[in-house]
Amino acid sequence: MNASTIVANRPMGRLRKSIFHDTGSRRAIVSLILFLVFWEVGSQSKAWFGVQLPWIGMVPAPTAVFSAWGPLLLDPSYWQSWWQSSYRVFFGFIAAMILGIPFGLLMAVSKNYRDTVFPVFEIFRPIPPLAWVPAAIIFWPTQEMSIAFVTFYGAFFTVVLNVIGGARSIDVRYFQSARSMGANGWDIFRRIILPGTLPSIVIGATVGMGITWEVVVAAEMISGGGNSMGGAGGGLGFFIWNSYVGGSYPQIVVGMISIGIAGYISSTIIRWIGSRATPWLRMR
Amino acid sequence: MNAVIQSNAFEAKQRERNMNTKGTKGAIRIEKVDKVYDPEGAAVKAVDTCSLDIGAGEICMIVGPSGCGKTTLLNAIAGFHSISNGTIYLDDELLCGPDKPKAEPGPDRVVVFQNGALFPWKTNLENVAFGPIMQGTMSKKEAFEKARDMMASAGLNGSENSYPGETSSGVRRRVEIVRALMNDPKVLLLDEPYRALDSLTKSVMHEALLDIYYKNKVTIFFITHDLEEAIFLGHKVVIMTTRPCRPKKILDVDIPHPRDYNVLTSKRFRELMDETMEAVHEEAMKAFERGEKEG
Repeated sequence: MNASTIVANRPMGRLRKSIFHDTGSRRAIVSLILFLVFWEVGSQSKAWFGVQLPWIGMVPAPTAVFSAWGPLLLDPSYWQSWWQSSYRVFFGFIAAMILGIPFGLLMAVSKNYRDTVFPVFEIFRPIPPLAWVPAAIIFWPTQEMSIAFVTFYGAFFTVVLNVIGGARSIDVRYFQSARSMGANGWDIFRRIILPGTLPSIVIGATVGMGITWEVVVAAEMISGGGNSMGGAGGGLGFFIWNSYVGGSYPQIVVGMISIGIAGYISSTIIRWIGSRATPWLRMR
Repeated sequence: MNAVIQSNAFEAKQRERNMNTKGTKGAIRIEKVDKVYDPEGAAVKAVDTCSLDIGAGEICMIVGPSGCGKTTLLNAIAGFHSISNGTIYLDDELLCGPDKPKAEPGPDRVVVFQNGALFPWKTNLENVAFGPIMQGTMSKKEAFEKARDMMASAGLNGSENSYPGETSSGVRRRVEIVRALMNDPKVLLLDEPYRALDSLTKSVMHEALLDIYYKNKVTIFFITHDLEEAIFLGHKVVIMTTRPCRPKKILDVDIPHPRDYNVLTSKRFRELMDETMEAVHEEAMKAFERGEKEG
């Protein structure tokens, strides 16, 4: 008789087993419910117990948030905010990948190139993307392009650093054995360096995607979210800012959760693509 | 079914014929080779006037303490590193010498590395088919067909479409040897390929290697620091001095091939062990006292 059967034979063990049934999704649901309950109780603390809990007592309650969310779901301008932030993230992210991957590979492959470019790269890297907002507004003809640029900038350095790190950590034996089996320079690039760097590219993309969401929202708030679109049409960042200015606090939280969901969906997509691009890592 | 039996019988006959004959290509002649690392600075002499003749189709086992410079020698033959002095010939053709310190790496001398160098992003089958496709000697289809055949005859059916990361280390090592043999090399360079394996897997791998050898008859240059392994496998065992590396003692193993595990308990095997143990131990002590690092 092993440990697990002992547990299963005890009444509590059986109960626990039937509730949780070893599925992660059940745990996720339970933790979400607990979180919402805690939040509701916390923000209603003044009305219910007469004592306002610090910090959480000032946050709109989930019931208020959801009742503000309901009508928004039918409001096209809310969905337009989603759409606008999403395509800014998409373009900034794609641009960061398209420029960042070759840039990083070049730095990894060519010492001359690395020696020349790396110092400049390292000076630009610590500059926070948001510090670029004013300059970007001045440089780029449209506000849309300014936001896209800042978004791109946020993801670019992460992508590049991951590519360099990934390419340079490829085991030298792979190059040696490929060479001795008759591979030429291009073969080695295509069949060793590229697939060898792919796992790091996926990591860079996942992290970079998170950064683009952080950056796009802040950029939308600061730049006013593209006034040419009119009103609340300036992306989720502007949606939050507008709710703040308009004093509808539950909507702020709606905007925040929307970003959370959007970011989660984006990372899931990247992870899905990534695991298909690197099937040899899937079984681990 | 019938065809399988027939081909097995054919194979067995062919093997029998092959057992006691050596191959005809892949003789290596190493003449007075020196290798000095960092000649301007630290000037570490890794190999010192090393001369060695390895016959075509011979299994030559190189035994020496860690860090003695035996891998340097292998890298020189493979064309990964240059030599400082001397010459190395393969079948009387110059590999490297005074005017050409570094040999060109090529498919006639394929290395099987210490910790394995199968490409993790390719399936085992794709790994095995890699060489001929790269060299352009076969179409993709032909290469995959031959790869499948070779894997099957090495008892590796079933792991073709797995990735190396999904297969056991013993299978991986065999796949890597098959991958090397796909290139129809003259010489197989093995750099302590079984070092990371447990002793049970290792004994299976030894017999698998001999099996592959009896079918293919390539010259094998095998680095190890396991004397038992060396005598069990080799036609010739070369005991190297500690750094700088040079042959200290060359032992002709007169136990006839084909060998199997009964050899290990035979009287002759023990005699040969006793004969060489002292030489190996002496060098190991020297290396230990000097605190040589792995390499």
